[in-house]
Amino acid sequence: MGIPQTNSVPDAGSTRVLAAPDEVRLSVEQASYAYGAGRREAPPFALAPVSFQVRPRELLAIVGPNASGKSTLLRLLAGTLAPLSGRVQLDGHEVSRLPARLRARRIALVAQESALLFPLRVWEYVLQGRRPYGRWPGFETPDDWAIAAEALAQVAADHLRDRWMGELSGGEKQRVVLARALAQQPLLLLLDEPTLHLDLGAQVSLLRRLRRLARTNRYAVVVVTHELNLAGAFADQVVLLQQGKCLRVGTPGEVFERELLEQVFGAPLEIEVTPAGRPRVHLRAEP
Amino acid sequence: MKPLTARRVLLICGGMLAALLVSVLIALKLGAVPIPATDLALSLARALVGAEIPADHQLIIFEMRLPRILLAILVGASLAVAGAGFQALLRNPLADPYVLGVSSGAALGAIVSLVLLPRVALASPVAAFLGAVLATTTVYFLGRRGGQLDSHTLLLAGIITASFLSAVIMFLMTTLPSSHLRGMAFWLMGDLSVAPPVSLSVLFVLVAAGAGAIYTTAADLNLLLAGELEALHLGVEVNRVKLVVYLAASLLTGVAVSVSGAVGYVGLIVPHLLRLVFGHDYRLLIPTAAVGGAIALVLADALARTIVAPTELPVGAMTALAGAPMFIYLLRRRMH
Repeated sequence: MGIPQTNSVPDAGSTRVLAAPDEVRLSVEQASYAYGAGRREAPPFALAPVSFQVRPRELLAIVGPNASGKSTLLRLLAGTLAPLSGRVQLDGHEVSRLPARLRARRIALVAQESALLFPLRVWEYVLQGRRPYGRWPGFETPDDWAIAAEALAQVAADHLRDRWMGELSGGEKQRVVLARALAQQPLLLLLDEPTLHLDLGAQVSLLRRLRRLARTNRYAVVVVTHELNLAGAFADQVVLLQQGKCLRVGTPGEVFERELLEQVFGAPLEIEVTPAGRPRVHLRAEP
Repeated sequence: MKPLTARRVLLICGGMLAALLVSVLIALKLGAVPIPATDLALSLARALVGAEIPADHQLIIFEMRLPRILLAILVGASLAVAGAGFQALLRNPLADPYVLGVSSGAALGAIVSLVLLPRVALASPVAAFLGAVLATTTVYFLGRRGGQLDSHTLLLAGIITASFLSAVIMFLMTTLPSSHLRGMAFWLMGDLSVAPPVSLSVLFVLVAAGAGAIYTTAADLNLLLAGELEALHLGVEVNRVKLVVYLAASLLTGVAVSVSGAVGYVGLIVPHLLRLVFGHDYRLLIPTAAVGGAIALVLADALARTIVAPTELPVGAMTALAGAPMFIYLLRRRMH
C-alpha cells in the first residue's frame, strides 16, 4: 500500500511551522514504560508517563542527561517497545501493534551505530530501505532504484553511490544512513544521537538538512540529542527528560530556562536569546 | 551500480549447473577402474536413448558411481545451504553445521534412532533433524554472554559441544554391538560409500523443502546480517525469519548427516568462496551455495575415491583437509 507522499511542498519560507494547519501525526499520550526487574543486563528503569504531539514538518528534539530515558522513549516511538500504559499513535494507529513491514513503511529510525558483517556498497545499503515495500523473492524494481537514487540526492551523497560503506567518513556515513531512512518514505523519521561522531560543521549541516527534509517531505522528525544548542537552534519542540521523568515539553524558549537546565544538568549555565529568538546555552564562567 | 535481478540469479545458477554437470562427468570417469572419456560418453549416450550398454559399464557407472554422486550432490547442497543459513542466523561467517556441533547432534540422533527403531527407514533423518535442533539450541544458549550472542564464545561452545557429542557417539558405538550401525569413522568424519536406507527422491524432496524455506527469507537475511534490531526497524519479522532458518537449516543438516555422517566444513568453504566471487547477497548466495556445495562434494568424493585407490578415504577427511586451514585463516583475519 502506497502512502502518498509529496516531495514538492514549497517551504513558504515560514520559520514557525507550528502554525501550519497540519493534523497531528505522532501523538504520545501518557505513555510509560518499565523494564522488568528480571533483566540481568540492565538496572531496573522506568519511564514515567510522557505526552506530546508532533505534526508533519515539525522537528522535535528529546534532550536530557545520560540515563534519562531518551533511548527508551525513542524505542516507544519506533514501536519496538510497547508502552506499559498510555498510547503512542501514528496517524491514529498504535505503533507497537502495526505489523513490522507496515511500520517500516511509516517509521524510519536512524540508529547510533550499525555494524556490518560483510562489506556493502553505498547503493546496496540505501536499497535496504526499500525492503518494507518488496515482495517475494525480494528483488528491487526500477522504481526502488529511482527512489534510492533520489534519497541519496536529497542528502547530497549521489557521488558516494559506488563507494564501500567502510571507507566513508563519519559525516558521509551519517548522510548515507539517513538516505536509507529516506528511501523508506516514512511519515515519521527518528534519529538516535545522529550528531555523535560528527564535527561541528557536519552537525549543523545535518540539522539544517533534517529541518529542510521535514519541511519538503512533510516528515515528522524526532531527534534524540545531547547537543542542547543544536536542539535550541533547530527544533520546533523540545522534550526534556531526567531520570525517566518528563520535566517539560514546549518550544526551545519555553524549555530552556536557566534554573531548570542547571538543575537537570548540574552545571552553572547562562542562556542567551539569539536575534532569531532561539535560546543558546553557555557554561557560566567560574568566578 | 549493478543491482541484483532475478535474471542475473538465473543466469549465474545456470552457469553453475553446467559446471555441476561437468563435475559429475569427471566423477563418473574417475575411480578405481578408470573409464576412458570416449567409452563413458558412448555409454551415457546409449543409456540416454535406451540402448544396450556393456554390463561392466552398467554396473560401474549406473549402479556404483551415479548413486554415490547423487548422494554427494544431496549432501553437498544441504550442508552448504545450512552453513549459509547458520551464518546469517548467528551473524557469524564462521558458522558451519560441523563446527557448531549441529552435525554431531544430528549424528547422535540418527544413531539413537537406528538402535531404537532399526526397521523404520525414515526414522533416522527425522531423529537426525531433532538432534540437530537440540544441538543448535544448546550451542545458541551457550554462545550468549550478557544476553548477547558473542561470536567467539559461540564458536567455542560449538566446538566443545561437538567434542562432547563425539565422545557420546564413540561410547555408543563401542558399547552397542549392533550390526546395522555403520562405523565410527562414518559418523564422526562423514562418508558417502554406504547407500542410504531411504530412497534418494524422498531425501531430495526434504532437501528442496529446507533450501526453499531458507530461500523465502533470503532478502530478509541480508538485513538480519546488520543486526536484529536494525532488521526489525526495516520491517523484517525477525522472530519468524529466525525460526524458519533455524528449523530449515537443522532439517538440511539432519538429512545430510543421516545419510553421510558428519561431513565437515562444506558449509564454511562453499559460502565463503561464493561470497568472494558473487558478493554477500543471500538472494544469490542461497541458490549458488546449493549448486556450489554439490560441485564441491562431488569433486571431493571423486578425489577421496582415487587419491589412494584402490583404498578409499572418507569424504569428510578431504573436506576437513581443505576446510580446517580455511577456518583458521578466516578466524585469524577476523581477529585483526
